Amino acid sequence: MRSRFSTIAIHAVLLGYTALALFPIILVVMNSMKMKRAIFLSPLTPPGPTSFDLIGYHRVFADGAIGTYYMNSIIVTLGTIFFTLLFGAMAGFALSEYKFRFSKVLGLYLSIGIMVPIRLGSVAIISLISGMNLINTLTALICVYVAQNLPLAVFILSEFVHQIPKDLREAARCDGLSEYNIFFHIVLPLLRPAMATVAVFTMIPVWNDLWFPLLLAPSNGKQTITLGVQQFLGQYVTDWNAVLAALSTAIIPVLIFYVLFSRQLIRGLTSGAVK
Amino acid sequence: MAHVSIKSLQKSYGTVDVLKDIDLEVEDGSFVVLVGPSGCGKSTLLRSVAGLEAVNGGEISIGGKRVNDLAPAKREIAMVFQSYALYPHMNVEKNMGFGLRFAGTPKAEIDARVTEAARILRLEALLKRRPRELSGGQRQRVAIGRAIVRKPQVFLFDEPLSNLDAALRVNTRVEIAKLHKLLKATIIYVTHDQVEAMTLADKIVVMNQGRIEQAGKPLDLYYRPANKFVANFIGSPAMNMVEIEVTGKNRMRTLAGDELALALPRGAKVGDRLTLGARPEHLSLGAPIKGLKGQLDLVERLGEVGYAHIDMPGGARFIVEVRGEIETGRGNGVGIVIDPKHVHFFDADGKALH
Repeated sequence: MRSRFSTIAIHAVLLGYTALALFPIILVVMNSMKMKRAIFLSPLTPPGPTSFDLIGYHRVFADGAIGTYYMNSIIVTLGTIFFTLLFGAMAGFALSEYKFRFSKVLGLYLSIGIMVPIRLGSVAIISLISGMNLINTLTALICVYVAQNLPLAVFILSEFVHQIPKDLREAARCDGLSEYNIFFHIVLPLLRPAMATVAVFTMIPVWNDLWFPLLLAPSNGKQTITLGVQQFLGQYVTDWNAVLAALSTAIIPVLIFYVLFSRQLIRGLTSGAVK
Repeated sequence: MAHVSIKSLQKSYGTVDVLKDIDLEVEDGSFVVLVGPSGCGKSTLLRSVAGLEAVNGGEISIGGKRVNDLAPAKREIAMVFQSYALYPHMNVEKNMGFGLRFAGTPKAEIDARVTEAARILRLEALLKRRPRELSGGQRQRVAIGRAIVRKPQVFLFDEPLSNLDAALRVNTRVEIAKLHKLLKATIIYVTHDQVEAMTLADKIVVMNQGRIEQAGKPLDLYYRPANKFVANFIGSPAMNMVEIEVTGKNRMRTLAGDELALALPRGAKVGDRLTLGARPEHLSLGAPIKGLKGQLDLVERLGEVGYAHIDMPGGARFIVEVRGEIETGRGNGVGIVIDPKHVHFFDADGKALH
């Protein structure tokens, strides 16, 4: 039996953390709905009848490019999730199903990517991407993000493939399925909770990333939303209303994806913990 | 249905030989049960026939066709796994038709076969359910149904009843026997349960340490075991054994000094050390005057019969089947009377002598 005191203590810590994590977001959303003067005079007060103003949102939606930036972010994020999951699951399946000479070493090599931050290789990546004539394309971003996220995806998914009973795969083999069909019709459907987990881990950093869009796709209407917001930050004048409004709306797609995945996510996390 | 022929089959994992020179004929339409203690290689043999394990030597042919290098699906076999291995994300109907879908069978044909299998196995009401909504026995039937719809040459069963509770096990055993008659199928069935083996098999194959100890009709194995291992393995409680020394024509003495007079096998010479074996039902209790003598330890009452456990001199233990009341109590000396028609002798290597 957990004592009353420790229950309160745990909740206090969790509530404290939640407040800390939510504070900047609430601040951004709150101020995005205020007049410019009010943002600077009293940044911590919620919008009232005298300070309420949606001018920021009007300016953001009046700017035709913002829609493109949204589209770019969505394409990059979904593309990254798709290829990370596909290749991650395939590699995870291969690593745990087929035992060949270097399978252990290969698995270890792939997991090094979890520990080495990909940004250390930024210079090499830029020269590689420009060598392939992919500068200012979304393809470049998707490629880099897939490379960035694949190691963790392979690591998590191969653990989950391991938990799928061997008999199922053998039954499918007796049923005459090819290895590809076993992967797509037996393994993939059973990996769904694990893939939702990986999708969420992949999605959030990719959506929020500023670094690679800035390096690889900074112009030509290929900017992602995080980069696109920068246009409101001028050298001399910054349109704070528009910046805050754009950032507030940028939260929405991530929130929708998260809600879609979260039911599966919780199942994935718990089914991994309890065998 | 087809004949399965296995010739000098070898299989090893690294340096460990799990199958050593296995020869086995499974006649068309027969029910062959592989039985043996765990680790004897019976499951490996079955999986080799299925094509799930690569073999190191020898030949497997199904219906006269060499299948060593064929993929499982090309061997026209169907396997029922111990864990049932039902696809958890498909309903019963899809589970059963899944293999056919990939074989390019027309939809109408798949439906017809699934309906037919569901009728045979009484699964009609469950066709739209997922495996997790089924009981153990129902899952078992779906697993069998999945095998039936493929109309295989050979059915392979890997300990299919070991996950069921005792009552269900008896029912399903009877169902499988009926199914064999109905389908006239060739079946290879692995189990460690000798009751399943005795009741289901046309031919039992007793395996031990990667070898076949004996193959034959259930009652042949029971009445004429080829060696000590088979004698011990088939029959429950196990056969009682005692070492004896031949002292004359049809005369012998146990190491404890009990004198016995029984017909000895041909070729037994004075001074030979043999093992005498007799099943509990071929023994009865008598007065401790002559023959085998021991001390009554306890009596297990099973209802119609009981088993008297008797401590023999030298630490061995005999089990004697008893019916009705026993006059004597625990710790008292008893004599054991052997039915002379049902005595087995084994030589020093464990081989049976006749």
